[in-house]
Amino acid sequence: MLAAVDWHVVWVRVAHPDHVFFLALTRTVYVAVIAQVIGVLLGVAAALMRMSKAAPMRFISGVYVWIFRGTPLLVQIFFVYYGANELLGFTLIPNSLNLGLFSLDGAIVGGILALGINEGAYMREIVRAGIDSIDKGQMEAAKSLGMRYGLAMRRIVLPQAARVIIPPLGNEFNNMLKNTSLLFAIGVYEMFADAEIGYSNSFQPVEYFLGVAFWYLVLTTVWTFIQAAIERKLAASERGEELSFFERVQAVWNPVSAWRSAR
Amino acid sequence: MSDVVMRAEDVHKRFGRLEVLKGVSLDVQQRETVCIIGPSGSGKTTFIRCINHLEKVDGGRITVNGHLIGYRQKGERLVEDSEKSIARQRTQIGMVFQRFNLFPHKTALENVIEAPIQVLGQSREQAAEEGIRLLTRVGLADKTDTYPGKLSGGQQQRVAIARSLAMKPALILFDEPTSALDPEVTGEVLSVMEELAHEGMTMIVVTHEMGFAREAADRVVMMDEGVIIEEGTPEHFFQAPEHERTKQFLSKIL
Repeated sequence: MLAAVDWHVVWVRVAHPDHVFFLALTRTVYVAVIAQVIGVLLGVAAALMRMSKAAPMRFISGVYVWIFRGTPLLVQIFFVYYGANELLGFTLIPNSLNLGLFSLDGAIVGGILALGINEGAYMREIVRAGIDSIDKGQMEAAKSLGMRYGLAMRRIVLPQAARVIIPPLGNEFNNMLKNTSLLFAIGVYEMFADAEIGYSNSFQPVEYFLGVAFWYLVLTTVWTFIQAAIERKLAASERGEELSFFERVQAVWNPVSAWRSAR
Repeated sequence: MSDVVMRAEDVHKRFGRLEVLKGVSLDVQQRETVCIIGPSGSGKTTFIRCINHLEKVDGGRITVNGHLIGYRQKGERLVEDSEKSIARQRTQIGMVFQRFNLFPHKTALENVIEAPIQVLGQSREQAAEEGIRLLTRVGLADKTDTYPGKLSGGQQQRVAIARSLAMKPALILFDEPTSALDPEVTGEVLSVMEELAHEGMTMIVVTHEMGFAREAADRVVMMDEGVIIEEGTPEHFFQAPEHERTKQFLSKIL
């Protein structure tokens, strides 16, 4: 059966990707990064709301997580892209967004938004667990120095919680890189769309999908190394004994040991 | 009258159905060091936590420098004060915790200068200069760039004291500052505190260290079951405690 595979095409896809493919790869990366940033911000906001004294805040946060963790991401992507403007009655997602240096297609804007909002629901629990893991005495010490809640959160609690949040956040971003492929369905020309179009022109599924799988693997692997470096940097300031870079990489590969080393 | 720094009048506090403070009244004068002793569960820690509003009092009132703590007078009633003005009042009231509560992601010096910069709006240079002076004063001039994780308990507590001092508070509360420490390092913390007391800092110290009380306290207050049962000079407590409960308690800790 292997004889039927045109290995030259696989080789070209892997080793000599064309310009169009690189644009698609770039798009995958920036969509994932922006969506993850939105997810983290929403996650922090939702976590703080979840811990608020005001019941309506806790309620909103609860409904948000309930809906976005309880429905398929693909449904959310379609809903946000096709439905948001109509639901809201104003143009949340423009046909194209002009950002001066470059402009973003409406599908990309909608896709980023949907991925980010979905991610926020998952990030909320991660952020909350991180904040909960910080000793209550830290907030008390900050308050007794005259800091207000927001300042104490920003300067004292969240930076410490970040150490606990970073390992699972890294895993979330790994997922995000892969989830961007769903945006193919609303017409975003990202890596998977490039492969899918190549496939439908050539009917060579193995060649094109193997090729794109390789590139996803490259992205997630590069990310693993970046994550290890970030964690190492964060750990350096706090603990006496420091893990080596190699141990950090291992820790990232294995979420359980990452969690342990964050203790 | 005008040099009363802290005045507590008939302070009540309950946790659910448990009444922890049942009417505590105490005046602390400027430059005075008051030690609060008493068995665990007597409410002494809760009482000093009420003074900077880490605990909300349920009855009575506490003033620091004449300002009501945590509440505003609204006609006849007291309503809880805004977060902003509670925070402002706390800048006047230092607190040193049993478990230090240093910020582990900041060096000793960064711990000390954090609030002066962020809360008082001092410049980094100004705060650092003062911070180094304070760390030198508590004997840690060589540890300014060390993270708390690499400091001993005694060193951490001295950084915590310097951190409090950096806000130039009118009053410092000490919540059992040496009870989480190894016996061999309590001395270094107590001697810093004694020095502060002799320099005229106004201090309220919850402690079991009667040696410190004898050296540095102007007054000792004995609490039991949510009320103050006896107060007097340290000598009074060493020589002739009146209350049966006080005698029992002192015989256990001395």
